Amino acid sequence: MAEAAIELIGINKSFGAVRANRDINLEIAPGTIHGIIGENGAGKSTLMSILYGFYQADSGEIRVGGKPITIKTPNDAIAVGIGMVHQHFMLVENFTVLENVILGAESEALLKKSIVKARSELQRLEREYGLEVDPDAVIEELPVGLQQRVEILKALYRGAEILILDEPTGVLTPPEADHLFRILKQLKEQGKTIVLITHKLREIMAITDTVSVMRQGTMVATRETAKTTVGELAELMVGRRVLLRVEKGEAKPGAIKLSVKNLTVRDSRGVTMVNDVSFDIRGGEIVGIAGVAGNGQSELIEAISGIRRAVSGSVMLDGKPIDVIGIADPGELRDRGLAHVPEDRHHVGLVLAFEENENSILGYHDDPKYLNGPLLNIDAIRNDARDKIEKYDIRPGDCRLKTANFSGGNQQKIVLAREMEQDPGVLIVGQPTRGVDVGAIEFIHKRLIAMRDQGKAVLLVSVELDEIRSLSDRILVMFDGRVVGERGSDATEGELGLLMAGVERKEAAE
Amino acid sequence: MDVLVQLIDATIRVSVPLLLACLAGLYSERAGIFDIGLEGKMLAGAFAGASAAAVTGSAWVGLGAAILTAVCFALVHGFASITHRGNQIVSGVAINFIAAGSTIILGQAWFKQGGRTPSLSGGGRFEAITLPGAEAVKDVPILGTIYSDILSGHSLLVYVAFLMVPFTWWVLFRTRFGLRLRAVGENPAAVDTAGISVAWLRYRAVICTGILTGIAGAYLSVAQNAGFVKDMTAGKGFIALAALIFAKWKPVPAMFACLLFGFLEAASIRFQGMAWPMIGKVPVQLMQALPYILTVILLAGFIGKAIPPRAGGVPYVKER
Amino acid sequence: MSTPYTKLPGWADYGLIPIINLIVAFIVAGLVVLLVGENPLHAAAVLVDGAFGSGQNIAYTLFYATNFIFTGLAVAVAFHCGLFNIGGEGQAYIGGLGVALVCLALDGFMPWWLIFPLAILGSAALGALWALIPAYLQAKRGSHIVITTIMFNFIAASVMVYLLVDVLKPAGSMAPQTRDFLPSAQLPKMGWLLEMFGLSVRSAPLNISFLLALVMAFLVWVLIWRTKLGYEIRTMGFSPKAARYAGISETRIIIITMMISGALAGMMALNPIMGDQHRVQLDFVTGAGFVGIAVALMGRSHPAGIVPAAILFGVLYQGGAELAFEMPAISRDMIVIIQGLVILFAGALEHMFRPAIQTLFASISPRSVGVTAAKGEGV
Repeated sequence: MAEAAIELIGINKSFGAVRANRDINLEIAPGTIHGIIGENGAGKSTLMSILYGFYQADSGEIRVGGKPITIKTPNDAIAVGIGMVHQHFMLVENFTVLENVILGAESEALLKKSIVKARSELQRLEREYGLEVDPDAVIEELPVGLQQRVEILKALYRGAEILILDEPTGVLTPPEADHLFRILKQLKEQGKTIVLITHKLREIMAITDTVSVMRQGTMVATRETAKTTVGELAELMVGRRVLLRVEKGEAKPGAIKLSVKNLTVRDSRGVTMVNDVSFDIRGGEIVGIAGVAGNGQSELIEAISGIRRAVSGSVMLDGKPIDVIGIADPGELRDRGLAHVPEDRHHVGLVLAFEENENSILGYHDDPKYLNGPLLNIDAIRNDARDKIEKYDIRPGDCRLKTANFSGGNQQKIVLAREMEQDPGVLIVGQPTRGVDVGAIEFIHKRLIAMRDQGKAVLLVSVELDEIRSLSDRILVMFDGRVVGERGSDATEGELGLLMAGVERKEAAE
Repeated sequence: MDVLVQLIDATIRVSVPLLLACLAGLYSERAGIFDIGLEGKMLAGAFAGASAAAVTGSAWVGLGAAILTAVCFALVHGFASITHRGNQIVSGVAINFIAAGSTIILGQAWFKQGGRTPSLSGGGRFEAITLPGAEAVKDVPILGTIYSDILSGHSLLVYVAFLMVPFTWWVLFRTRFGLRLRAVGENPAAVDTAGISVAWLRYRAVICTGILTGIAGAYLSVAQNAGFVKDMTAGKGFIALAALIFAKWKPVPAMFACLLFGFLEAASIRFQGMAWPMIGKVPVQLMQALPYILTVILLAGFIGKAIPPRAGGVPYVKER
Repeated sequence: MSTPYTKLPGWADYGLIPIINLIVAFIVAGLVVLLVGENPLHAAAVLVDGAFGSGQNIAYTLFYATNFIFTGLAVAVAFHCGLFNIGGEGQAYIGGLGVALVCLALDGFMPWWLIFPLAILGSAALGALWALIPAYLQAKRGSHIVITTIMFNFIAASVMVYLLVDVLKPAGSMAPQTRDFLPSAQLPKMGWLLEMFGLSVRSAPLNISFLLALVMAFLVWVLIWRTKLGYEIRTMGFSPKAARYAGISETRIIIITMMISGALAGMMALNPIMGDQHRVQLDFVTGAGFVGIAVALMGRSHPAGIVPAAILFGVLYQGGAELAFEMPAISRDMIVIIQGLVILFAGALEHMFRPAIQTLFASISPRSVGVTAAKGEGV
C-alpha cells in the first residue's frame, strides 16, 4: 500500500479548559474520499484547522506523504499541497472571482501578470474538472453553489493535492450537493485526496470510501464505508441509539391562531427574500418550515415577529391584524401572546454579557410584575429566574452568573423558558436545537410537543430536516422565498428534498 | 477674475493637508482599521517637522522627522488595535490627546516661545516652486493664468499631495499590496486562510497612514506656515475623515471632497467681514464654523449613503 | 466580546487590572517629564503636595473633580448604550449658556436656592439639546456620532464666541464675557466640610455643585442598574439586535441616552460658573469634557469608579497647577498627555496585561480562575 496521504499521530488541542481534540490518530489513504463525521462540537473542524495551519496542535505529529512536517500557518499547508474549503466561505465578497483566486497567490508585486496567468489556469481547470465559473463575476452576485466552486478553484489553483471540505453541503440544495459530489468524485479520479467533514450520515454513505467518527474530541472509530451502516455510525456518533422519532400523540388542531396572507419581505439590499407567502396555523399543531438556509425562512419569522418590516401582505394574530408593514412592536406582540425563540440566540435572543436573570426578562421587561414604577423589581426578577432554572433544569443553577458562561444547550433553555413560561398563544421557534447537546435536544423537543398538546400554535423553522419531520404536524417547504409545497408529517425525506431544491410540484409528484 | 484666481489658489493651498490626511485615512480604513487619530498624527508630525527644521535649518530633515514621528504614533495605534485588538476609536482619541499635550509641553520645554517653534526661513521651509515657463505664459489669457497663477508657484508638497491621488489609486487597484489591503478590510479571514498575515498587512497599512499624515503635518508647519503653533491642525484630521466617508473610501472622489472643504475654508477667509447683498454682514464665527457644519451635513448622508469597508473597526479574531 | 476574558476573580478584573493600566500610564507620563529635563519623582511629590498640601489645595482638588464627575458620568452613560460621546466639551460649553440665561434673568429676584434648581434645569436642557442633533443623526441617518460630536464641539465654540462677543457682553465692556452675577445667583461654598477637619480652605471655590455631582453619580447608578430605561440602554449597548428583538426602539434609546449624557455634561457648567467665576467667560470648560473620557474609561463606566477617577484627575489638575510654578517646563497641558495615556492604557489597551495576569493566577491558584470565580458583581 502507498504511503498515507495524511497521517495524524497523537494530536491534542485545548482552548482554555475545553479539550477540543484529544489524542487523535488518523490515517488517510491517497486518492480516496475520507469522511469525518461527528456531532456539532465533536472537534472535527478544530482537527482540520490544525491540519490547515489555522491553529497549532498542543502536541502530536502530522505526516504528509510519509514525511513528518510542521504546519504553522496556512502557507505551510498550501506548500505541501493541502487546500481547504471552509464552511463559511473565505471569499472577499466585493471582489471578482479572479481577484479571489489570486489573493495570496500573486506571482509578483504588480497584478497584471498574475491576472493573465490565473485566467488561463482557470480555463484549464474548467476543462479538466468541469468547474465552470465566470472569472469576472463579482462574488456577492453569484449563487452559493458557485461561490463554493470558487473556493475549490482557489485550492486547485494553489496546486492542492489534498482537499479538505468542511460541512460543504450546509448551504446547498440537494441537487447542488449532488453536483458537488460529482465534482468530488471526478477530483478523486484525477488522483486527488478528499477529506469530507460533515454531520450528515447520508453524505457519508453516498460518497466516501472510508469514514472516521469523532465524539467529544476523540476519534472513536474508522470504518470502510461499504462495510458499515447508518445505524452503526449514528450510534458511534452519539454514544447511544439516536432518537429518530419523538413520541407524540395525534394533533388536535383548534381555531386558527396565526394567519399569514401574501406576505412579501425584502432585505436591506432590496432583494425579495419572502415572496407572497400565505399559510395558517391552528392551535394545537406544529407547522414546520423546511428549506435550505437562506431561502427566506429567517426573514419570514422576523417579519411575523415584528423585527423586520414587510413590503406587502398581512398577518393576523387571533383574528386581529399585526402591522407588519409599518413598525410592528415586538413588545406589543408579546403582550398579544406571540412568543419568539430567535434563530440566533447569541446576538438576538440573549445578551451574553448579562446575568442569567437579566436575560430571563428580555423582551418582557415591560411586564409590571418585574417593575416598581420605573424601577426594576430586582427580587421579583431573580425569584422568577430561579423558578425557571428549576423548571427547565438550567445548569449551573445560578441566576447571577453571566450568560456567556452557560453551555449552548443551557443558553437555549434560558430563551425557551422565558418565552414558554409567558404562556403564549403562538410560539415561533427558529433553529431550536442548533449547537445544542443531545440531551438538551430531547428536552427541547418534548417541551415543544407539550406546548402543542396544550393547544398552542407552534411555527417551527429548522434546517435540520429530521427535526422538522419528527416534530411537525404539517410541513411547508420554502424555496427562493416562496412556499413551494405543503406535506403531512409522513412526507419522505426524498420528496421534501426535491421541494427544497425548487423542483416544481408536478415533477416532485411524479 | 483676480478674486477667482486667488480663491482657487487658496483653495489648493488649504486643501493639501486635508487631502494628505484623507488619503492617509484611506490606507488605514481600507485595511479595516478606523483611524480617528489622523488629527493627532498630523499635529505631532507638524511639531516634529518644525522642530527639526528649526534646529537643522533643513526642510528636508523636518519632513523626515515629521514622517518618523507620525509613523511612531501610527504604530501605537496599530499596537493597540491590531496586536491587542483594542477599541480603535478609543485608541485614536488617546493618540489625539497625547499629541495635543506633548507638542505643547515639549515645544515649551525646548523652545520657550509659548508652545511655538522658532520661525523658519530660507532652507528651513519648502519654498514655492515656479513651474518651467510660468513667467513666459503669464500673459496668455485664461490658460496662461491657470498655469502660472494657479498651477505654478506652490511648494513641492502641494504637488506631492496631488500626485498621491493617482498613485494611491494605482497602488490600490494595480498592485498585490493593494489587492491584499482591500481584501483585509473586507474579509480578514479570507486573507488569513490565503496564507497572508493579517497583522503584518494591517501594520503596513497603518504605516502608510503614518507617512502621509507626517507629510500633511510637515506641510502645515514647514511649507504653508513658517513654524508650529499649538493646535494648528484645528480639526483638519476630522474633516479629512468626513471627506473620506463622503468620498466612499475612493482616492479620486477623496480629492474632490477635500477640494470642496478647502474651497469652503478659503472662501470663509476671503469673504470674512464682507457685507452680502440681502443678508448683510455674516458673523465671522459662522464663517469659521462653516466647514464643521458642512461636515455634519455631509455625514447626515443627505448626499448618498456610504458603505464602509465591511471589516472596518472590528479587530480580527480567528474563529473557532 | 468579553467572553474569552471572564475567568478572573472580580477584584482582579475591577481592581488590579485597572490599577496596573493606570500605573503604566503614569510611568510613560514620567518618561515625558524626564524628556523635558525634570525629575519625575520630584514632580510627583510636588504634584501630590499641590493637591493635598493644605485645606485650600484639597478644596481646589475637589472643585476640579466636580467638573470631571459630571463629564465622566456623561461619557459613561453613553458608553453603556454603545455610544462614544466626545461632545462633552461642547455640551458643557453650551450648558453654560443655560446657566447664564437663568442667572442673568433671575439673579435680582430670587434667592440662590430657587435659582439653583432652575439653573440645573437650564444647563441640563441646553446640554441635552446640543447632544440631541448628533443623536438624531446617528439614530436616523447613521452618521458616525464620534465625528458629529467632535464637529459640534467646534460649532459650540463658535456659537459661544459669537454670543459672548456680540450678544451677552455688557455694553462698554471689552472682555468677551457676561456681566457678573449678583450674589443671589452665586452658590454657597463648601469650605465648612473641610473646616470640620480643622483645615483652612480660604478662598477655594469648592461649592455645593460637588454634592450635586455625588447625587448625580448615585442617580446614574440607579438609572443604569435599577431602572427599566437603564436595562434598555444596556441591552442596546451590548447588542442592538437583541434590543430590536426585545421591542426596544433603537432611535428612542439612542436619543434619550445621548440627551441624558448631554444633560450631565451641561450640568458641569454649574460648578465653574455659579460656583466660582459668577459669570460666563470664554473657554470656561478648559478640556473638562475631554477629561471625562479618561475618567469614564478609568472608572469602567461605573459611578463607583468614576468618582475616584475624577478625584484623581482633580489631583492632577490642581497639583499640576502647583507643579507649573515649581517647574515652568511642565504646564497644565501635562494633564492632556496623561489623559491621553490613561485613555490608551485603560481603554484601547485594557486587555494588554490580562493574559499575563491570567497566567500568573493560573500558576498560583488554578482553582481561582475556574467558573465559580466568574461570579463577581456583573457590572
